[in-house]
Amino acid sequence: VTAVTILEPGPQTTVQDLGRAGQLRYGIPPSGPVDRPAFVVANRLVGNPDGAAGLECTLAGPRLCVDGPCAIAVTGADMPVRVNDAPAPAWTTLRLGAGDTVRVGATRAGVRGYVAFSGGLDVPVVLGSRATYLRGRLGGVEGRALRRGDVVPLGAAPVPSGRRLDPAALGAPGPGDGAPEPVLRVVLGPQDDRFTEAGIAALLGGVYEVLPQSDRMGARLSGPRVAHARGHDIISDGIALGSVQVPGDGQPIVLLVDRQSTGGYTKVATVCSFDVPRLGQVKPGGRVRFAAVTVGEAHRLLREAEAALAGVLAPA
Amino acid sequence: VRFLPAGDRAVSVELGDDIGIEVNTRVRALEFLIQARGLPGVVETVPTFRALLVYYDPLRVGYEALCASLAGLAAEARPAVLPPSREMTLPCCYDPDLGLDLAPAAARLSLSVDELVALHAGAEYLVYFIGFTPGLPYMTGMPERIHIPRLDTPRVKVPAGSVGIGGTQCCIYSVESPGGFWVLGRTPLALYDPGAEDPILLRPGDRVRFRPIDRAAFDDLAAARGAAPVGR
Repeated sequence: VTAVTILEPGPQTTVQDLGRAGQLRYGIPPSGPVDRPAFVVANRLVGNPDGAAGLECTLAGPRLCVDGPCAIAVTGADMPVRVNDAPAPAWTTLRLGAGDTVRVGATRAGVRGYVAFSGGLDVPVVLGSRATYLRGRLGGVEGRALRRGDVVPLGAAPVPSGRRLDPAALGAPGPGDGAPEPVLRVVLGPQDDRFTEAGIAALLGGVYEVLPQSDRMGARLSGPRVAHARGHDIISDGIALGSVQVPGDGQPIVLLVDRQSTGGYTKVATVCSFDVPRLGQVKPGGRVRFAAVTVGEAHRLLREAEAALAGVLAPA
Repeated sequence: VRFLPAGDRAVSVELGDDIGIEVNTRVRALEFLIQARGLPGVVETVPTFRALLVYYDPLRVGYEALCASLAGLAAEARPAVLPPSREMTLPCCYDPDLGLDLAPAAARLSLSVDELVALHAGAEYLVYFIGFTPGLPYMTGMPERIHIPRLDTPRVKVPAGSVGIGGTQCCIYSVESPGGFWVLGRTPLALYDPGAEDPILLRPGDRVRFRPIDRAAFDDLAAARGAAPVGR
């Protein structure tokens, strides 16, 4: 069995797959990659099913070595890749042999990088998934981020032939991509009626900075106050992926893959699922804007995004 | 019934405007009917006090069609459709070392500590839902005599297993976390055990009773499940 040894883990590197379904009613979030398309494409580049387990790296990647033949691919944030100290391309199948080392460096753009391995990381399946839920100490390698010296086996799989992808093939860029402020599409609600008109206008007209306290649970933002009309507490209810929760200070928190399942703060809007990955790649100190769409428009955009992803490196 | 969109993949179905057994039972009945009928396109559901959050796959079912199906099921969502509740008895140690707020809560309620414990342990609780942290039950059923406003200053750290009261509700902290409930005691059972095959102890709709145990029994039960000893 080929195995991967972690020589340096990077700031926060976890095992993820496409997440744990059906456990939110017990308070357990889905986890999984924040940037799902980048994760899926990394798997396709190494010949895996979309849901095989790989690594999510945060701000910088790991240094690792493999003890047998396999292939890897690095996608997501723009992180420099070196194989045995020679520069190697991202978004490309990299074929490795026993003893080869790989270093994924600090991000030049974006936050979260993904490393897929042919055969997938073979950690135990917990509640139907290999994804790591850090706060719950569940899944992945002992429910924690990887450490130096961890040895993770790969599933059996043939080493695929080399392929390469232009990330532009993932679909048209989102609004504001490449500009100082990417625009995230939201559907207003479920509690938009609890905010003043000026509060909603602030959310949709303002520029919000991503704060360093952001993590896989939520992206904390700072910007124009989203003012409440009548209090910030509600009867606790479920929190969806992308929920824009606004506590009493009027500063939004967008809840992500490791979110709490329920909560008692008003939620002014919900970031569309296809824009959650774009938010997840904005560095602390970076800025975003919001634009409202209807549920119908959101579904049309979702179908476009899913069709673009389905066409990328589709099985030959 | 109110349908509130929660983005492109979820809708919140509100069945009432209050916190109570009647509306919560209909929420759980709606969830049960969705599962029993295998409503197409529904991915998962999260019940809370008066709402059910329904996650769906928009590539399989449209928003209007889903809401129409949910409205139909909501009309049928009566308590009688639910299977019988599980009855769960949880050992609870009301030792002052573990019941961090036992004495001040008794003083606030003008009760002796023994009277407070007897009232709390004598009641039967209903799990409205599980949420916030893995395995944490939101429960009703507190005798009116021990309804109490939440702590003025929430604790920064409440140990896992702590049994607390606040407002009309009782909860059990499932992991160490901040909290504003008055802590009366602690159960040695794990409400959330990430190493177990089934990590979650309680379910929405469970009926819960507390069985008072002394400190020695608490320590034995905690040791039996491999928990770290609690310092005295």
